[in-house]
Amino acid sequence: MIDFADVSFRYPTGRLVLREVMLRIPEGELCLVVGETGSGKSTLLRAVNGLVPHFTGGTLAGRVLVAGRDTRLHPPRDLADVVGFVGQDPQAGFVADVVEDELAFGMEWLGLPPDVMRRRVEETLDLLGLADVRARAMSTLSGGQQQRVAIGAALVAHPQVLVLDEPTSALDPQAAEDVLAALHRLVHDLGTTVLLAEHRLERVVQYADRVVYLPGDGHVLDGPPAQLLATSPIAPPVIELGRLAGWSPLPLSVRDARRAANGLRQKLAGRVRRRTDTRSRHGDVLARTAKLSVRYGGTVALRRLDFHVAAGEIVAVMGRNGAGKSTLLAALVGLVEPVGGTIRTGQLDPFRTDASTVIKAAGLVPQQPEDLLYADTVADECAAADADTAGSPGRCRALLDRLAPGIADDVHPRDLSEGQRLCLALAVVLTAGPPLLLLDEPTRGLDYAAKRRLTGLLRGLVATETARAVVLATHDVELVAELASRVVVLADGEVVADGPTTEAVAGSPVFAPQVAKVLAPQQWLTVTEVAEALGAAS
Amino acid sequence: MLCVPSWRAAWLPRQLHAGAWWLWALGVGAAASRTTNPVLLGLLLGVAAYVVSVRRSSAPWGGAFNAFLRLALVVITIRVVFQAIFGAHVGGSTVLFRLPAVQLPEWAASLKLGGPITLEAVLLAFYDGLRLAVILCCLGAANALADARRLLRSVPGALYEIGVALVVAMTFAPRLAEDGARIRRAHRLRGRGVRGIRGLGQVAMPVLEGSLERALELAAAMDSRGFARAATVPDPHRRAASVLVVGGLLGVCVGLYGLLDGGGLSAAGSALVGCGVGLAAGGFVLAGRSSTRTRYRPDPWGFPEWVVAGSGGVAATTFALAAGQQGMNLLVVPLVLPAVPLLPLAGALVALLPAWVAPQPAEAS
Repeated sequence: MIDFADVSFRYPTGRLVLREVMLRIPEGELCLVVGETGSGKSTLLRAVNGLVPHFTGGTLAGRVLVAGRDTRLHPPRDLADVVGFVGQDPQAGFVADVVEDELAFGMEWLGLPPDVMRRRVEETLDLLGLADVRARAMSTLSGGQQQRVAIGAALVAHPQVLVLDEPTSALDPQAAEDVLAALHRLVHDLGTTVLLAEHRLERVVQYADRVVYLPGDGHVLDGPPAQLLATSPIAPPVIELGRLAGWSPLPLSVRDARRAANGLRQKLAGRVRRRTDTRSRHGDVLARTAKLSVRYGGTVALRRLDFHVAAGEIVAVMGRNGAGKSTLLAALVGLVEPVGGTIRTGQLDPFRTDASTVIKAAGLVPQQPEDLLYADTVADECAAADADTAGSPGRCRALLDRLAPGIADDVHPRDLSEGQRLCLALAVVLTAGPPLLLLDEPTRGLDYAAKRRLTGLLRGLVATETARAVVLATHDVELVAELASRVVVLADGEVVADGPTTEAVAGSPVFAPQVAKVLAPQQWLTVTEVAEALGAAS
Repeated sequence: MLCVPSWRAAWLPRQLHAGAWWLWALGVGAAASRTTNPVLLGLLLGVAAYVVSVRRSSAPWGGAFNAFLRLALVVITIRVVFQAIFGAHVGGSTVLFRLPAVQLPEWAASLKLGGPITLEAVLLAFYDGLRLAVILCCLGAANALADARRLLRSVPGALYEIGVALVVAMTFAPRLAEDGARIRRAHRLRGRGVRGIRGLGQVAMPVLEGSLERALELAAAMDSRGFARAATVPDPHRRAASVLVVGGLLGVCVGLYGLLDGGGLSAAGSALVGCGVGLAAGGFVLAGRSSTRTRYRPDPWGFPEWVVAGSGGVAATTFALAAGQQGMNLLVVPLVLPAVPLLPLAGALVALLPAWVAPQPAEAS
């Protein structure tokens, strides 16, 4: 169905991204594209519908055939009837204001007769579970619904190939499940060929028929998931656990792993777990809210919320999209005005205090860290941060070197990788020396390696400076299991659970990490814990 | 073609064709432009407000009328205050109060600043402001009753690409505001105050960069979904159609302006409108014949649409016919109580018909 024959691609800037790629994806497969950020995943996906090179420029050597059509001769719009494409940010691609019109847009251009269009829109609404929002304005949809509309819009044209670039990275676990279930149905019921890039392998690898791995040098390896992931440095926890326990064949899903895990569970019974969960207050309280309420127009974002964080803690704030996680973090640094209740960050009321004072008490890295960066070079950015905080020159640069060594001074922040950019934003925020560090959705777009570095780094920050605490708002259950000492779960602006990580996530069907699901009823959360327990015994 | 199975089916709850609402609102607005009689203007305003209150949709834009009403109040106030302070002398004798007058130099002698404020001058300004306010409210009514984007969706094929561009632009504006707010927050996170011209510059650059990036992404997405595909139509053919349509519509606009102005251009105006309609129709036919694009669930145009659009037309026509009659343009010197001419009164009441004739808007889920 998709055929890459000796394909190389070089961007106009001269960077060679794909090198002699030979790849053949047969009809009806769900094919997962994995690789670190910057390894060329998006380029590979965009080459399938001709956006590379027709839209990006650059030189493409070799030949890409999709359903028998050569992408060199067919621009993306002429491939629209065979390839459906869903980009990283679904919102950026919307053209209509109502769900139904958005779905119909592509078909109108394909010139399908009205009765066919009508039928397909109805079918797609049912297939993706969107029937009850069909007449809603796009701006009122949740993240998961928007993603499903974007998939639906690509799907109504009945393309033989569907290409998706990180479809679940912005979604909470439940919404991600919905989207993946819909994809699974397409592959099984309609025989659509799906090509999918994703960082969070734990969510998708069990559905994949084939994995395409980009090691980063431009080459491409492909094969069955179990075989390819057995050796790749990129692997979800369930596969790492399988490697540790020496299972063969390597299980891809929690279900397979549970069936293989009987022996491991017996071996682990009675072993001691090294974990430092906290229930509450074991240091100075760095921030506290009491009966805090925040509203945006007609919607209540936070409702009489009590929250606190003490020095030495790493607290994870979880909950579905729109539960109030980001609002809570924003309130702690004074970005939103409370309508009731009190906030104390350090000794300050953050909303009524000057911004330059607040940043010395608490620093927030927003969901898009690039928002914090304006300068043209890394050196200028660091100098500006030093000037903002009236600190000694070189402080920010020193922090950056500790967080992410080896970033050159004259690089533009936009050209850094996601992980490096996050580190730069982190360094900028830490320059003011805030004891409380807040991170909003820090692992969005990070690969496993970058995530591992971030975990070590945050743990180091709290361990070395005892007066410090970190609050993370995140959907990433694996990150929470690895890092957090306490978990606060929000729903509709209220706290529904607050307790040590193990208690809060181990029993939950939505928030439990893979290792916990495999080894239940024993309470292990991460592969590292299991490895340490086994290592200590042998 | 599908036939309407029975007359009653046309009145099942549904969204009335956006074009019908806009024609109706423009008709009422045109009627208002022909009079300064406050009774008639008030009547037209009441008609618009009542129809909006019973037939507006529950969608986000349903609140547009209130916003326009507030704007209209501002317009009236500004008009009255400016007339009082700067306005030329109207010649009334009923002095309300005196402001300290400022002697202006020779070259500005036609202006006045301060001095006696007469009731006549204030009333003249009020009537004038009220007329503008009612026209504004008609626009607000159109917005509240039918989303402008929905109207753009039903433009003829020849204008479709312009329509899509406008729709996209309309969704872009709110995103720009969101981006601006996000960048301002980020500035605060770095401990900087964002105020004044410099702050504006700091926010504007990232917002522009962001919107440029988003525009590229949108273009890629539209391209991958087949936008502007199937160019089997020869280019000269398509270009001729576009020129005809745009030229024709320009003619219509200029002609209508002449007609509404009520000046001596009437004959020329009618001719221009006629020519314009002809040209545009030709363009549409030409473009329609060659377009392979199809349309998803086009809004039907049925009997209620004819009545709604027609009632607006009736109002405009009666006001135009009565233009010369006594009581249409009130004299302020000498002051008279407004008398109400019957023909426009009847016309304004006809414009109230949509409150019953238009079908109920369907409940949005």
